[in-house]
Amino acid sequence: MFYRECGNFKDNYASDMAIFPIPLDRWGFIVMLFMAFVIVPLFASEYLITNIIIPFYCFALSAFGLNVLAGYAGQISIGHAAFMAVGAYSSFILYGRYGIPLIPSILGAGVITAIVGTFFGLPSLRIKGFYLAIATLASQFIIEWVIVHVQWISGGVFGTIEAPDMYLFKLWAIDTPVKKYYLSLCILVLLMTIGKNLVRGQLGRNWMAIRDVDYAAEIIGVNLYRDKLTAFAVSTFYAGVAGSLITFCYVGSANIEEFNVMTSFALVGMIIIGGLGTVLGSFFGAGFFVILPIAINQSLGAFMDVVPSDILSNIESIIFGGLIVFFLIVEPYGMARLWHTIKDKLRLWPFPY
Amino acid sequence: MAFFFEVLITGLMVGIMYSLIALGFALIFKASDVFNMAQGAMSLFAGLALVGFLHQYMHLPLWLALLCTVGVMTIWAYVIVFVVLKPLVNRPPLMLFMATFGVMYLMEGIGQSIYGTQAKGLNIGIPDNSFEVAGIFMSSFDLFFAGVAAVLVAGLIWFFQKTRNGRALRAVSDDHEAALSVGIPLLKAWYLTWIIAGIVATVAGVAWGTRLGVQFSLSYIAFKALPVLIIGGLDSIPGANRPLFQALRSVRKRDS
Repeated sequence: MFYRECGNFKDNYASDMAIFPIPLDRWGFIVMLFMAFVIVPLFASEYLITNIIIPFYCFALSAFGLNVLAGYAGQISIGHAAFMAVGAYSSFILYGRYGIPLIPSILGAGVITAIVGTFFGLPSLRIKGFYLAIATLASQFIIEWVIVHVQWISGGVFGTIEAPDMYLFKLWAIDTPVKKYYLSLCILVLLMTIGKNLVRGQLGRNWMAIRDVDYAAEIIGVNLYRDKLTAFAVSTFYAGVAGSLITFCYVGSANIEEFNVMTSFALVGMIIIGGLGTVLGSFFGAGFFVILPIAINQSLGAFMDVVPSDILSNIESIIFGGLIVFFLIVEPYGMARLWHTIKDKLRLWPFPY
Repeated sequence: MAFFFEVLITGLMVGIMYSLIALGFALIFKASDVFNMAQGAMSLFAGLALVGFLHQYMHLPLWLALLCTVGVMTIWAYVIVFVVLKPLVNRPPLMLFMATFGVMYLMEGIGQSIYGTQAKGLNIGIPDNSFEVAGIFMSSFDLFFAGVAAVLVAGLIWFFQKTRNGRALRAVSDDHEAALSVGIPLLKAWYLTWIIAGIVATVAGVAWGTRLGVQFSLSYIAFKALPVLIIGGLDSIPGANRPLFQALRSVRKRDS
């Protein structure tokens, strides 16, 4: 009744290939874009934009990157935060030290990360499953160590470099939260559009074939080496861009502590809670992991007078952990599947049949 | 030369402390294909519970407090296996991994709301004085826990090699389906594994808690043990004596 799929006739190739074939989805997407581009910057407070929405966008981007690798290509990585760190530091070095313009240095950081990521993806040609996961975990430790200990990168053991002032085309300063918001949103929309089309296309189908049965994929002519490595390259490209966005727009300095092993685990959590192998799931998962702790914290803040604050923070982690377990048990295929169930129900909703 | 041996011995001792945690990881991974993120949180909880029984809420004698702590960890093992893992049987290992991630948050939160967030001293009456043997300084405390770890590893080897339940666990870890088909109840085997991991976590929690004080960072020591685990190998427990190798390897790592 509320989710109508009827009256949807495909009479040319373009409408058959559309990302949103159903008008309702299309309109919903346009409304979402309108919200993101107009409503949020107009009405959201500065706190909301800086501390919730910008990290949400960045982690959604990064979660999508990991989703390409783990959800589409089936290569698990639990060192993804390290690649974000690579992106963060290389974009800072490109922009701050070599004076390359802002957008090229963010995308260039993605390219550098992709090169590093492809290198660390090489073991995937030999090992799979959890063993690969452990190999990527090793890459997390290696990259962290290199960043902290190589003076040229981080400038000392603290591993922090401050963000320089940001200028777009050398004249337009990006200093207010709203401008940073637009920067991250534009890059997010651009990269997500490219990403959605990548996973719909030939490359995405190759990845999914590799994920399902790799030797069968090889038999039907998928080049296993090339496509596994492109999965690593694309995935780490997204991670790198997300990492540089986090440092430029959210934190303001590149700090290795932002990208420790806990962040890697949280990223894996995002794609599992959100839904493996779905674009939507990356957003849901990022929302779950970025927004939910803050939301719990804020809503518990109402009880601040009654309960001491250290108990509150513990209740926060109890609720968070409980929700993770709850979601895994109730909906093991993630929130994206939940969304599909809702759509199925809405098709008929007030009427039982 | 004396310095070299001193570093070697100290490194070995610290390596053994780390291997206590790595042992818990390896046990659970081998038996149930679960990469247990909550291992550090289990140590933290065990440490907190022991402090609670020993100093904070009750003043039990040490042996009784240890027993009660193991009892608490048994309850946790029951909850984890029958509430969290049972509905997730036959799911991809990544989901089980994620579930333990949730359990980690749960344990940290519940433990700290019961026992408080401040760091607590844990004193179980082991003297911490250093003495000199052939020009090498050693701490009696480190030696004690090295001894405990050795006893623990020996006990585990005995358990896995000689007892009926231990053989059942080894069968499960070799092949779930084959173990099921010869009549080994999978969930019960997992339960047992998690209890053992709880006991190992208790020992680790006591060791680290006595040294650093029982506090939140105990939960993160597990991640420091991860490199030990990676270098030592995640899934191969030839017997259960691998932590010694891991200790040796971590010495090499610490020396460099």
